[in-house]
Amino acid sequence: MSELIRRTAAELSGLLSSGEVSAVEVTQAHLDRIAQVDGDVHAFLHVAGEQALAEAAAVDTARKAGEQLGALAGVPIAVKDVMTTQGLPTTAGSKMLEGWIPPYDATVVRRLKEARLVTLGKTNMDEFAMGSSTEHSAYGATHNPWDLDRIPGGSGGGSSAALAAFEAPLATGTDTGGSIRQPASVTGTVGVKPTYGAVSRYGLIALASSLDQAGPCARTVLDTALLHEVMAGHDPLDSTSLTDGYPDVVAAAKAGATEGIAGLKIGVIRELHGGDGGYQAGVMARFDESLALLTKAGAEIVEVSCPSFTAALAAYYLILPSEASSNLAKFDAMRYGLRVGPAGVEAPSAEQVMAATRAAGFGDEVKRRIILGTYALSSGYYDAYYGSAQKVRTLIQRDFAAAFGQADVLVSPTSPTTAFKLGAKLDDPLSMYLQDVATIPANLAGVPGMSLPSGLADEDGLPAGIQLLAPAQADDRLYRVGAALESLLVESWGGPFLAKNTLEAMK
Amino acid sequence: MPAISRDEVAHLAGLARIEMNDAELDRMAGQLDVILGAVAQVREVAGDDVPATSHPMPLVNVTRPDVPRPGLSAEQALAGAPAQQEQRFRVPRILEED
Repeated sequence: MSELIRRTAAELSGLLSSGEVSAVEVTQAHLDRIAQVDGDVHAFLHVAGEQALAEAAAVDTARKAGEQLGALAGVPIAVKDVMTTQGLPTTAGSKMLEGWIPPYDATVVRRLKEARLVTLGKTNMDEFAMGSSTEHSAYGATHNPWDLDRIPGGSGGGSSAALAAFEAPLATGTDTGGSIRQPASVTGTVGVKPTYGAVSRYGLIALASSLDQAGPCARTVLDTALLHEVMAGHDPLDSTSLTDGYPDVVAAAKAGATEGIAGLKIGVIRELHGGDGGYQAGVMARFDESLALLTKAGAEIVEVSCPSFTAALAAYYLILPSEASSNLAKFDAMRYGLRVGPAGVEAPSAEQVMAATRAAGFGDEVKRRIILGTYALSSGYYDAYYGSAQKVRTLIQRDFAAAFGQADVLVSPTSPTTAFKLGAKLDDPLSMYLQDVATIPANLAGVPGMSLPSGLADEDGLPAGIQLLAPAQADDRLYRVGAALESLLVESWGGPFLAKNTLEAMK
Repeated sequence: MPAISRDEVAHLAGLARIEMNDAELDRMAGQLDVILGAVAQVREVAGDDVPATSHPMPLVNVTRPDVPRPGLSAEQALAGAPAQQEQRFRVPRILEED
């Protein structure tokens, strides 16, 4: 296997700027890797090989001409299929958008292009980002590169698997309740959900607008920071885009790795720590080891309590479906996407065509959540369900505010378990939802969160993840603590985490 | 008694414009009942004095100067249309037949 695909984005950046390798060579190495393993992994829904090589050649030409280029110019990236890409298919994992070619770029995609990253293709996901396994993709599940019979997490399982299988050094994600962090956790990669409003939502196919947040995915904390810096920034096309408060995350990642974290206060959230929350023993063992490393590095560990977090999952599964049922009303078979006529009806009405199209174009999970949201918003139930859920949201924000009064960052396991077997939870939606029990509070409150690998669980030898949470607009704290912990862990492992993957197909 | 009946699911599916056959309605009603049972606890958590939060960060209205700027061309806008006619979206009939 080409050594180039094992490199971090930061290393590739150095090799490219010194002229040791060309962007075309780096891109070709990743396209070769995709051709070699993606038949098994199925991380990509669309590979844009020719376009990627043309973009890479243009970067090489610009570099030779002496143009000033950004740090990630010429570095390949995999883009989650929920982001519109002009001229490239965008399906959000749904039959509803099969064959649709967007006429415009999402702001995130435009920023990637301006920074001259090379788009390798579009990654698989649960349909409209609803799920924790990618099994709800209309185009078939993605397989976890640690064990091909297991899920890669979701909804962004295509992006996480592409990173873990060395098909791309960087990927984009979106996180509504954990869709960046949980896939990172179960594939041994790194992912960050930034502060709500830090990355523009323009051109992202919306799931729940008050929760959705795009963010960076990579194999190291520094690479994640480098991509974060490119993706984040004010955008007048998104009314919820933040106008200020963008900390220097790259500087924070570098400082964490070199200067450490002595004196920092780290809060362990009591409600997200073992107990009856369904946390796997091996996940908790690795979590406790990480705490011990942080303590040894001079951080102070304190316990904090966030009592309302026990109601976060319930509030989330009312707020999300409510917003989703409204957002997905736009798929009405009139202006773009699928149109299906009802069987045996001559000259059907627009309403009948809508109902037949939505029956054919949406998968089961999408239908479930639309019906649930329609119920929660209907007259007579609105106050009891949607209204109550919004009050819980207030309580969760208050819990975070109190906890951040006692600690600089908060920590928990990212996902309560390691990757489960494909098919294991498909008939039990509620148990699938429990995958996100620790990640959901951050979305409800808008605060940033990171997942990074904490080690392998003893009972199954699969990756476990630790989650860091920081106050809104203090995303730099995630990178500082994340980079410090990562360097301690890598030292204890004697090498990068993914080197532990012994699966023959991934060699 | 279930939190949601099969008839209610059928009514909601109609409101959401999703055609569903009998088998789907049966399965959906059972699954939604389990989910609603689990989320019902939100009603017990917050007292009347707790305000609702709709959005994680403070919202401000956003405006821009009222000057024309380029948008999609008609061809671009219609490129993904299921059907088109005379530079317009062609849609099924929207009125009842006589």
